[in-house]
Amino acid sequence: MRKMDEGCLTDLSVHQLRVLLERGEVAPRDVHEAYVRRIEEVDDQLNAYITVCPDFPPELENRHGRPVFPVAVKDNIMTRGIRTTCGSRILARFIPPYDATAILRLKERGLYVLGKTNMDEFAMGSSCENSAFGPTRNPWNLDAVPGGSSGGSAAAVAAGEAPWALGSDTGGSVRQPAALCGVVGMKPTYGRVSRFGLVAFASSLDQIGPITRDVWDCWVLMRALCGHDPLDSTSAPGQAPIPPPQSVESLGGVRIGVPREYLGPGVEDAVRDAVLKAVGVLEELGARAEECSLPHTEYGLSAYYIIAPAEASSNLARYDGVRYGHRTCQASSLLDMYELTRQEGFGAEVKRRIMLGTYVLSAGYYDAYYLRAQKVRTLICRDFERAWARYDLLAAPTSPTVAFPLGERTADPLAMYMADVLTIPVNLAGLPALSLPCGFARGLPVGLQLIGRPFDELTLLRVAQAFQQATDYHLYRPVVGGEVDG
Amino acid sequence: MNGGILDMAVSPEEVRHVAWLARLRLTAHEERLFSEQLSNILAHVAKLQELDVEGIEPTFHVLKTLSNVYRPDEVRSWPELREVVQAAPQQRDGLFAVPRVLPEGEDEVSAKNEKDG
Repeated sequence: MRKMDEGCLTDLSVHQLRVLLERGEVAPRDVHEAYVRRIEEVDDQLNAYITVCPDFPPELENRHGRPVFPVAVKDNIMTRGIRTTCGSRILARFIPPYDATAILRLKERGLYVLGKTNMDEFAMGSSCENSAFGPTRNPWNLDAVPGGSSGGSAAAVAAGEAPWALGSDTGGSVRQPAALCGVVGMKPTYGRVSRFGLVAFASSLDQIGPITRDVWDCWVLMRALCGHDPLDSTSAPGQAPIPPPQSVESLGGVRIGVPREYLGPGVEDAVRDAVLKAVGVLEELGARAEECSLPHTEYGLSAYYIIAPAEASSNLARYDGVRYGHRTCQASSLLDMYELTRQEGFGAEVKRRIMLGTYVLSAGYYDAYYLRAQKVRTLICRDFERAWARYDLLAAPTSPTVAFPLGERTADPLAMYMADVLTIPVNLAGLPALSLPCGFARGLPVGLQLIGRPFDELTLLRVAQAFQQATDYHLYRPVVGGEVDG
Repeated sequence: MNGGILDMAVSPEEVRHVAWLARLRLTAHEERLFSEQLSNILAHVAKLQELDVEGIEPTFHVLKTLSNVYRPDEVRSWPELREVVQAAPQQRDGLFAVPRVLPEGEDEVSAKNEKDG
């Protein structure tokens, strides 16, 4: 690894780029070309992108001095006129006729799409190995996974292939790859960011969130993304906007709970050590931290792997070969067409989850599995509600381990599901959470997860900002593959 | 293997039935694989049976207040319509085309009835 180089455009965070653009020291086209060159240099090794848009949008050539920035977008977010595959064969040639609300909000603020990033098919996975377009590799170690499902977005930001990116988080899909790639990732409160134009996986859990080099940029993107959208009936009306980013020197008066269930067996020693050391830094900044308990944590994974596949099995019924996407050429009848289209179009993990979801919703099993899981979800929500009486936020590891070797868990679905054991409860309870780099183990990044009250993203951003002002973990960059250092 | 886990086992016949419900055609290999993997996953999630959930309300979603959102039922222009239809794997006359649903004979009967009507 190496320290960031202030002279290298693709090493800078967006707020640093903004200064250079406003001073006129670089032009938006220079930034664009630097990123396109960087993608050409390293993406053969990383495979972070499914689609790259190499041409600088001509309509942005003269914005009267207002800065424009490229953004990488996970390939399950609709981008008008740009192929959106969801990492699946079934949408391999799909070109959306509209933009997601999140994309429109970013375009209004001078952002444009640099490319579409690789992901586990339909966001189902924790390693980016379930993509129909081949796995993405971790820029810190090419033999390790980048995490998933937003692995392409996290790897691209870590490797200097994008200054920032969008991901989506259903059970940890923004936070876990952010942790494994050493960048910042945030899952907003359920309802904060419009889901219009996000390909539906599990509708009661999905949220779009930013992946950035540092907390300041995350703060900027969160401000841009959040807000009510009449096109998403689950987006929250009347939500308080997030104020502009500012530096934070002291955390006096902030109360932090450290749930013991998040540091138990299965959490790597080096991860536990780095996270506890980070909590120590927050205490030095004035916060008060103490151990607490979320007793139903161990049931989160089981509840999730009933609820999420159940919702997915229903959402993915729309891929029938009629209105968009792949259609088999083998079929003679309508029924044949549905069945063969889906057989040819979906990969193994997607089929497994459709099967699991259909099973737990089917006659005779609904009460025992689905309804019981939704009641357990209530118990998990109550654990958090009790914590909010005593704490302003919770601190924990994002992932129980650092990035694991490519291929290690692909044959064992349950081992793969375990990668999300510390991120899933947050989705079940609809809470905001942020992952930021807090150390390294065996040369691989460790992520600190901060979990907040509903709609209190601001506290998480403030605490994370104070941490980054006091530490330099976010200033290291990976040396990708055979790249010559310096 | 104890009786509890056996109870969770999903037989290849059940896998076939669920695949039918989900409109998925599986290969023989996938049927065997999913039978084993779904059994393992269900054995794992059986952990939820440990908890007493008597009297606990389910949380289908976390939104505190949620009501149906309606929009006025108004005719409006839809400039993207062409693009929408063109994204379909098969179109005819600006419509989505699908394989014939009714056998040819029945189709002719209904066409004749329509004409007569």
